[in-house]
Amino acid sequence: MAIMRMRDALREALREEMLRDERIFLMGEDIGLYGGSYAVTKGLLEEFGEERVRDTPIAESAIVGIGIGAAMGGLHPMVEIMTINFSFLALDQIVNNAAKLLHMSNGQINVPLVIRMASGGGSQLAATHSHSLEGLYAHFPGLKVVCPSTPADAKGLLKRAFRDQNTVVFIEHTANYGLRGEVPDDPDFLVEFGVANVMREGTDVTIVGYSGSVHQAVRAAQMLEEQEEISAEVIDLRTLRPLDIETVVRSVKKTNRAVIVEDAWRFGGFGGELAAQVMERAFDWLDAPVARVACKDVPLPYNRNLEFHALPSEEDVVEAVLGMFKE
Amino acid sequence: MTTDIQHDLMRELGAERLGLFLYQMVLIRQFEERCGELYTKGKIRGFLHLYTGQEACAVGSINCLEERDKVLTHYRDHGHALARGVDPNGVMAELFGKATGVAGGRGGSMHLYDVEKGFLGGYAIVAAHLPLAVGLGVAAQMKGEDFVTLCIFGEGSVGEGEFHEALNMSVLWNTPTVFFCENNLYGMGVPFKASLSTEVPKLAAAYNMPAVSVDGMDVLAVYGATREAVAHARAGKGPYFIEAMTYRYRGHSMADPELYRLKEEVEEAKRRDCIERLKGQMMAAGMLDEEGFAEVEARARAVVEEAVEFAERSPQPALDTLFDHLYKE
Ligand SMILES: Cc1ncc(C[n+]2csc(CCOP(=O)(O)OP(=O)(O)O)c2C)c(N)n1
Ligand SMILES: [Mg+2]
Repeated sequence: MAIMRMRDALREALREEMLRDERIFLMGEDIGLYGGSYAVTKGLLEEFGEERVRDTPIAESAIVGIGIGAAMGGLHPMVEIMTINFSFLALDQIVNNAAKLLHMSNGQINVPLVIRMASGGGSQLAATHSHSLEGLYAHFPGLKVVCPSTPADAKGLLKRAFRDQNTVVFIEHTANYGLRGEVPDDPDFLVEFGVANVMREGTDVTIVGYSGSVHQAVRAAQMLEEQEEISAEVIDLRTLRPLDIETVVRSVKKTNRAVIVEDAWRFGGFGGELAAQVMERAFDWLDAPVARVACKDVPLPYNRNLEFHALPSEEDVVEAVLGMFKE
Repeated sequence: MTTDIQHDLMRELGAERLGLFLYQMVLIRQFEERCGELYTKGKIRGFLHLYTGQEACAVGSINCLEERDKVLTHYRDHGHALARGVDPNGVMAELFGKATGVAGGRGGSMHLYDVEKGFLGGYAIVAAHLPLAVGLGVAAQMKGEDFVTLCIFGEGSVGEGEFHEALNMSVLWNTPTVFFCENNLYGMGVPFKASLSTEVPKLAAAYNMPAVSVDGMDVLAVYGATREAVAHARAGKGPYFIEAMTYRYRGHSMADPELYRLKEEVEEAKRRDCIERLKGQMMAAGMLDEEGFAEVEARARAVVEEAVEFAERSPQPALDTLFDHLYKE
């Protein structure tokens, strides 16, 4: 075990996997000489050379498309989209080729590809640069969608992504890059997909988060315990596809209440899907309607006060929970 | 009509190989005409884009490849699949949506695949397969293999960003990619001149790759140019671009009322027909007579009829296979 930041845990995962499997190579904008926009790939060009760590032109759809082609040709590429905001330019490649080729070719062509992207708001980057799209990617059958919230998970899930025969969209919340935590150094350490993490056990309410919102959920749970004597269970989904709904439902059957927290817009967001599944499977156990705490339905403004007013906060989570206990 | 260079090429290829080219072009023509009929009868549904008129492009280019090479193409893909040796029964069954189709009835006309034959698919999003072809080139380089990827697309692709991104990166990374643009003068109903401010080979040349334009109604011209392109790519000299000037006789798809062009223009193009041309050249060279040509036609007809019967009697995919091949274990 070592204590490290999430960005370093991610780099460790890339390094170990590249050492293990020579079919793995990396490509993306500024991942080499510059060291990566969030320093995840720092030093890898020096260690692995230009063939395996490729700086690309600013051409998101070609970057992903070339990754898909290389995967079809027997390699296991990792492409980095500098931030999730630019993945709109590659959306067709991700949705129409990466997610569909296996099914459309009746099993003949698979696309073992890892697409990493930095995501999330809260950094005063304004509307074009502050998206949370985990749920968008989770909408597409054929993709796997992973969004770690801790350094250990980041490493274990990213290593697991390279053991997958399918395309994995791997989303890293920028607020998490600097988080420190214990990370196993066992090169065989993997975190399985579709297994949610119960971050904190509780009996009165289940708070579900993923990616950046997990930490708000945890802080809200602490506040609830200290200020309100409410015991909250916090679940980090870790992967949205596959989704570990069982763990959520089991928890809700125990606590009888569920709050979903996400950075994405409420309208049409992943939280709606989750709420529906909880109601389908645990309706009779619910003492209150499932609550959603999400981003307000506006483009995120630059101004700090406005941005934080739009984004969900731990206070919002606490308020949502308290609302469930009112008659 | 037949230049000196072509005389040499004909002599080099010989009667047998030229006979194969002729047969493949006739097979594609008949296959496509039959598909048109079957569409009207409701046996084939969805979008159906026929290749009639463009046969020399598929046959002239794909026959330059080795078994280990790869082909990617757009949605007008039956001709390319057949020229690559994909089983006509499997192609027709796919158009019928049957379980025995090359994609198990999941792809349809626009998405044919046969990985064993190195036929890596028809792609129905304009220009989306160009980056894939470059990626396959990266795979060849990194694995130390010398396969070449032939990437076929319509001239409508030139308006898409991915066209430019792919060309640029293939040169930057020196990938073994042959870009093959079938310029049939229309992207649906948009005349080519209204969609590109320059000429196609100039675009490729601007990215610093060798680029030629050839008569795509002349299978020998296509073959000659593609052979050079493939050799160039295989030798590690990087990508190569070919524009083949051609013409589609039928509408863009079966739904096209063809308001954008005159019948006379179509008739004019048919006077340059690729099958008639090779037939004439072979006859002049004493490699073929009318009887021999009739045999070629009969052989192709039998294959097409067998494919239709195969497709007819093949089973529908079982409903419980719906979720198959969503993820690979
Ligand atoms: C990205 C995208 N935009 C639009 C279409 C609709 N569309 C299908 S075919 C076509 C014309 C393409 O023309 P061209 O590339 O010249 O090929 P051709 O049909 O002439 O063989 C269009 C616009 C599409 N399939 N993909
Ligand atoms: Mg065209």
